[in-house]
Amino acid sequence: MEFLAALTAGGLAGIGMWLLLDRNLIRVVLGVAIMGNAINLGVLTAGRFAGEVAAFVTPAAVPPDAANPLPQALVLTAIVIGFGLFTFALAVLQSVRESHGITTTDRVTEVTEEPAPDVEEVGLQVHQDDADLHHDAGAPR
Amino acid sequence: MNALVVAPVVVPLLTLLIGIVLRPRHGYVKVVSVIGAGLLVLTGGILVVLAGDDVPLAAQLGGWQAPYGISVVIDRLSAAMVAITGVIGLATVVYGLVREGNPDVLRNFHLFVHGLLAGVCGAFITADVFNLYVWFEVLLIGSFALIALGGGRRRLAGTMTYLVLNLLATLVFLLSAGLIYSATGTLNMGELGLIFRSGEAPPAATLAVAMMLLSFAIKAALFPVFGWLPASYHVAWTPVSALFAGLLTKVGVYALIRLVTLMWPEYGAVHEILLWVACATMLVGVLGAAAQNEVRRILSFHIVSQVGYMILGLALASPLAIAGAVFYLIHHIIVKANLFFVGGLAARLTGSERLAAMGGLYARTPWLAILFAVPALSLAGIPPLSGFWAKLVLVKASLAGGFWWAAGVALLTGIFTLLSMSKIWNETFLKAHPGGEAAIRPLLGVRCAWGTIGVLALMTVVIGLGAGPVMEYAIAAAGQLADPQLHFRAITHPEGT
Repeated sequence: MEFLAALTAGGLAGIGMWLLLDRNLIRVVLGVAIMGNAINLGVLTAGRFAGEVAAFVTPAAVPPDAANPLPQALVLTAIVIGFGLFTFALAVLQSVRESHGITTTDRVTEVTEEPAPDVEEVGLQVHQDDADLHHDAGAPR
Repeated sequence: MNALVVAPVVVPLLTLLIGIVLRPRHGYVKVVSVIGAGLLVLTGGILVVLAGDDVPLAAQLGGWQAPYGISVVIDRLSAAMVAITGVIGLATVVYGLVREGNPDVLRNFHLFVHGLLAGVCGAFITADVFNLYVWFEVLLIGSFALIALGGGRRRLAGTMTYLVLNLLATLVFLLSAGLIYSATGTLNMGELGLIFRSGEAPPAATLAVAMMLLSFAIKAALFPVFGWLPASYHVAWTPVSALFAGLLTKVGVYALIRLVTLMWPEYGAVHEILLWVACATMLVGVLGAAAQNEVRRILSFHIVSQVGYMILGLALASPLAIAGAVFYLIHHIIVKANLFFVGGLAARLTGSERLAAMGGLYARTPWLAILFAVPALSLAGIPPLSGFWAKLVLVKASLAGGFWWAAGVALLTGIFTLLSMSKIWNETFLKAHPGGEAAIRPLLGVRCAWGTIGVLALMTVVIGLGAGPVMEYAIAAAGQLADPQLHFRAITHPEGT
């Protein structure tokens, strides 16, 4: 069982890495998600699959054939966190693609290497009421 | 005592919660944010005093004894890091009071900062590897929200780079935590330390720990895995990049110091590798900075090079060198954040952060020039500022260990840093503004920014002039790192904690 799970985790990690190395941003983000799942499975496998019964430990008794609850707890935490981060990554991906038309990693690098726009600080979107504080009507909004 | 031990996490989390409840009232959120950051400084101060008096600050959370429960251990290093996190957090939220931008975005800034501070403080106090992973994720999620704050094409592109590479580093950390558990059956740092110190660690555990050190190296932006940092830090809003510059890479450095000193107290193969990595990091960072033409991009590369100094101290492994690394950590966080703050203010006044489009600030505001000179000279290591003592100790420790070439690299990096700082000085302050005197904007709505910069510069001078007590604290902290009884106590005397 461990052998099969380890193989699956390795295969998933391979697919994840392959997607991560792609130029297309969608594939990169999907690669992060698959990589995350591969590693979750890896952590679960690393804890071994001994025991068949859910480990409901009471002060009175420990089930004789209880599974190790710790890797499960670890992976559960990691799944929740990973889910949140993946959602955020998708949101960034959407605005990068749709609002700014950046679809490849090469383009991401190009854009971040661009010279700083004038008064970079105004990049926080000047509010109408505060606009008189800045004398740069032409600054990028 | 337990309440105080978890206060570094509880204070920012409570601030965040109260801030969320008060969300519609922008003014209240700002007040709560500043008070919360102030309380964190106070907490850090109390912890530093208690840790300095050798009061054991440790707790087992959730009513489970170590190694099953999650341990929280605050030694001198942790206490100092919490205090300095509070200082930078307070500086950031006060700077963030500047009048500009969309008020909703400014309000969210305060909320996210406290989320990030909770993660950073949690990472500094935990004594459990998996718990450390969770705090890394907490600070990461706060940092994602902060770096994207305000939006815009260049910023979101930078966020994409930052996001993907940091997620990968965290995944590596998660995998290594799982493998460490698989190989040793524990995630408690103290127990791991005992296993490794006994010399009976299984080879799989050593491999897993090596993998974990790799993920910390990515977080700390060490050579050769520093690429994400200069590719993303310059796109964020000024106080955000100052906060990141001050704290985030240092969490990685802290984790490296914590684990390496726990597991390998004597100089060995790990230290040998770290020594080479440290020297390469110092040189590559400072040479990368020489090729840049924007204030924050220059400063970003300097973060990389400065992290090299701290790792140099860790790699030398002598008590003096570790103390030097701790001193360097404290000094550097203040100086680096302050340089980003000054750079942001200078950009606001001159209308750009491209060196070519800046200038004339010395004639206009000599005070800002002085407030830049203090951290800049300290970064380069000019006496009597804090950076001089930090570098002096590290160079001395390198020579004492017989690593004259490491000392040479450290000194050479110092010279290049000075060159880089004088480049910013010449272009931003001395040279006339290309658009003429009239192009420099008036100083409106930035009083809080002046306060932040002034206080941080004053701290740099105080640490420089009063280096004695700080260095004594650092030496005591290094002593605790070499003999981490606080970490071992829960394992060796489970009933007596």
